[in-house]
Amino acid sequence: MTAPLPMLDLKGVRKSFGAIEALKGIDLSVARQELVFIIGPSGSGKSTLLRCCNRLEEPTAGQVLFDGVDILSPGIDINETRRHIGMVFQSFNLYPHLTALGNVTLALRRVLKLPRDDANERGRAALDEVGLAERAHAWPNELSGGQQQRVAIARALALEPKVMLFDEPTSALDPELVGSVLDVMRAMRESGMTMLVVSHEMGFAREAADRVLFMDEGEVVEEGAPARIFEAPAHARTREFLRRVTGH
Amino acid sequence: MEALIYNFFNLEILLKVHPLLLKGFWMTLQLCLLVVPLGIAGGLVVAVAYSFHVRWLNWLLIAYVDFFRSFPPLVLLILVFYGLPFIGLEVPSLIAVLIAFLLNTASYYGEIFRAGIESIGRGQREAARSTGLTGLQTMVYVVLPQAVRNVLPDLISNTLEVIKFTALASVVALPELLRMGRVAQGLTYNPTPLIAVALIYLALLWPIVRLLSRLERRTMAKR
Repeated sequence: MTAPLPMLDLKGVRKSFGAIEALKGIDLSVARQELVFIIGPSGSGKSTLLRCCNRLEEPTAGQVLFDGVDILSPGIDINETRRHIGMVFQSFNLYPHLTALGNVTLALRRVLKLPRDDANERGRAALDEVGLAERAHAWPNELSGGQQQRVAIARALALEPKVMLFDEPTSALDPELVGSVLDVMRAMRESGMTMLVVSHEMGFAREAADRVLFMDEGEVVEEGAPARIFEAPAHARTREFLRRVTGH
Repeated sequence: MEALIYNFFNLEILLKVHPLLLKGFWMTLQLCLLVVPLGIAGGLVVAVAYSFHVRWLNWLLIAYVDFFRSFPPLVLLILVFYGLPFIGLEVPSLIAVLIAFLLNTASYYGEIFRAGIESIGRGQREAARSTGLTGLQTMVYVVLPQAVRNVLPDLISNTLEVIKFTALASVVALPELLRMGRVAQGLTYNPTPLIAVALIYLALLWPIVRLLSRLERRTMAKR
């Protein structure tokens, strides 16, 4: 019996910006329904790694297999691929000229080419999933940061992606708003979504992640179960980082 | 005083020549309705093409924009109208005016749209692309609506200039407002028609000027 195909499988991924090597050959496999958490100091290449998974950043070398297909191969339709890979950004990036519902339905209408009524129905369902059904007609600037980020999650969810990438989803939020976003992420996890999360929410990682990767200077320094990484880090760089972020 | 009124505000003369002026006014209006949308469309093409950041294309676009922004539009119009026949292209004056105006105004509108597009953060584009929108869809549905809103005062302001510039068409005998005003002046030996022309331009442009200053106040208040 062969192991089931990983949802995401990165092999020797490298990325250079001029002379700076941001990723120095990353291997990372994310299984179906797995939640993999990436931690590490700023500038360690976490976000770059995440952005290589949907080619917002073009890797300089290596392979990115999504559901068994190398999305870096020349024949690939990257726009078709991206609608199966949801992404959530640190700064939300909601479209300020569209309502919450407009944000969620834009890709449904223009990429999936759904008629307006169908798109609205599906958009409302997605907003309902993140607890914002009543704010469908609100403008982004009328929403709190936490609500904006949940709309951004709904925008990705509405396309029914196979995997969700989170790039520091709570870093721009006031502390009291973080919980509402984590609740949504927890619910997604419970419903079986495959998730790759870059974040500093160590408590959430400990409680919800299947696996934690520690990255530093463009490399995966170590990885393992959350309890193992947080309680018994094997590497001095991991220990140093954890001491700094947890403050003891 | 009487002489002033006789020469510049002569109602009798105005009554006599008003069909001429009306005809000129219609021509100017039609000219604007052609020249402004053409220039906006040309400017959009320039700015959107620029936003794809293809090096050789951007060199070409910068050369185009720089050249036509510094080239006097009057000379351009004369060159197009009197020059094209020398390369075997006999064009009617309206077409010559449209070509010259497109070349000139698209460079100005293009710069305005480019500034607008560049005012939109990378995150907007990335969010759109991450949902599977193509580069062009991202431009049309995400970037441009915000970009246009950001530069609306500049767009209107440039449009005012373009409308006033349509008077240049008189040099290639297009019977627009200024041309008809001068014809009327020649027929009556009285400059009153020119004053009337100025007042018509004023009536045409003033509402746009008001709109512009309201918009500007609103943008200022938002900041």
